[in-house]
Amino acid sequence: MKISLHVWRQSSRDDRGGMKEYQLDDISPEMSFLEMMDCLNEQLTQNGEEPVAFDHDCREGVCGMCSMVINGEAHGPKAETTTCQLYMRHFEDGAQIYIEPWRSSAFPVIKDLVVDRSAFDRIIQAGGFISNHSGPKPEPNSIPIEPEIAEQALDAATCIGCGACVAACPNGSAMLFTAAKASHLGLLPQGQTERYSRAKTMVNQMEEEGFGSCRNYAECEAQCPKGISIAFIGQLNSDYLKASLVEPVDRRGEMHSQ
Amino acid sequence: MNRLQALYATTIGKKFIAAITGIILFGFILGHVAGNLKVFTGATADGIPHIDEYAHFLKIAGAPLVPEQFVLWSARSVLLISLILHMTVVIQLALISAEARPISYVKSKKRAASLPALWMMFSGLLILGFVIFHILHFTTGTIVIGEFNHGFVYNNLESSFSNPLVGIGYILVMLVLGFHLNHGIWSLFQTLGLDNPDRNKFLRLTATGLTIAIIAGFISIPLAFMTGAMPDPVSYPHELLTGHR
Repeated sequence: MKISLHVWRQSSRDDRGGMKEYQLDDISPEMSFLEMMDCLNEQLTQNGEEPVAFDHDCREGVCGMCSMVINGEAHGPKAETTTCQLYMRHFEDGAQIYIEPWRSSAFPVIKDLVVDRSAFDRIIQAGGFISNHSGPKPEPNSIPIEPEIAEQALDAATCIGCGACVAACPNGSAMLFTAAKASHLGLLPQGQTERYSRAKTMVNQMEEEGFGSCRNYAECEAQCPKGISIAFIGQLNSDYLKASLVEPVDRRGEMHSQ
Repeated sequence: MNRLQALYATTIGKKFIAAITGIILFGFILGHVAGNLKVFTGATADGIPHIDEYAHFLKIAGAPLVPEQFVLWSARSVLLISLILHMTVVIQLALISAEARPISYVKSKKRAASLPALWMMFSGLLILGFVIFHILHFTTGTIVIGEFNHGFVYNNLESSFSNPLVGIGYILVMLVLGFHLNHGIWSLFQTLGLDNPDRNKFLRLTATGLTIAIIAGFISIPLAFMTGAMPDPVSYPHELLTGHR
């Protein structure tokens, strides 16, 4: 099949960048989207041009590296699919395909389609530790967990940290990511000790990174390759408000009667 | 106070304020539509329309415990402060979000975001313009369409809405208000962390149901006057209502 690619080219962080058009004439529908990108880069190399820089790693939908906005949708047109799981058969012959990097001031473009997502790492770091027994492996049933809650925590834990939520959000908000990371610990008994302080420090870090504000569009959920629910955003809102307004700050201060 | 300041510094805190002020403003809308419907309940034996009586009650509510108009102006102050806070935080949030995406996409596609949600700023701005016009029109009487006399609410309504342009204008703005409420009422539950998959459907249906009921209530008034379904106003001496000579 033949396709026309419109790819964002930007040589460095400071470069202004712009869209550039490329023609690919011999693409098999069975190729994955990233294999098609490899073909493009071979063609560019043969013509003596600079290949397109793009992130990729596992190519099986779990590492969260392949970050591309394809035709205006994070990870392309298929729901709950990462870019690497997208195949050329999902496009029509002669298709015009627009490929852009994640657009967020918190994710500066390093080169072409590669963005710096260390802001996410700093949010996770801000979450800190969980107070947990760290000796020999405990007896598996020593901490009872309601299966429904375990499943829910696992749903949150499926977040691969790819950043599609930020890319998809009309406001560039990172609430879905932060909510998923805060919730998968906050739901489990092992994560209760620091539940409210964690919600606070993670949200504060998220704010510092310069992400936008959540407007409850649910666009993040719709474009998340793991289909993580905005229910976790509600959970984080609840935990954060409780941490800010209800949880005592000064537990050991003085009190008087009257 | 420190807690509120720290909360206000975050986007979640600003949204919290938008949600709380949204509830206050929604409460006003609910009271306003309920009061407005008195236009349909007729008049007293003296010929005073119930809506005129109600409008007078709003002025003297709380008297003689507190001076006349005290309750009225207290409520107006709360509403004005809520409105200003609601707009301030929303503008601040919009600026933060604009900064979060300095370069926009060449191609952008929405899968879930609804148009009313995406156009909240626009509908809000239109509602603000309408509220200013509405106060100048029916409260202060600065903008006179047809005839305006302070306190003669039924007469004023009849006189304005007999002009179909005014009626249609009011109806159109109410539809915009409906879009704003339909997203806003649900959204505030999510912002306050009160929504979850168990109640999501219930909350969304409640938001839509309340919106339809409120907007239908508001629209029914200009519509009734425009179609000539309302009885003609009867003139009565205003002393009958106020008791003042």
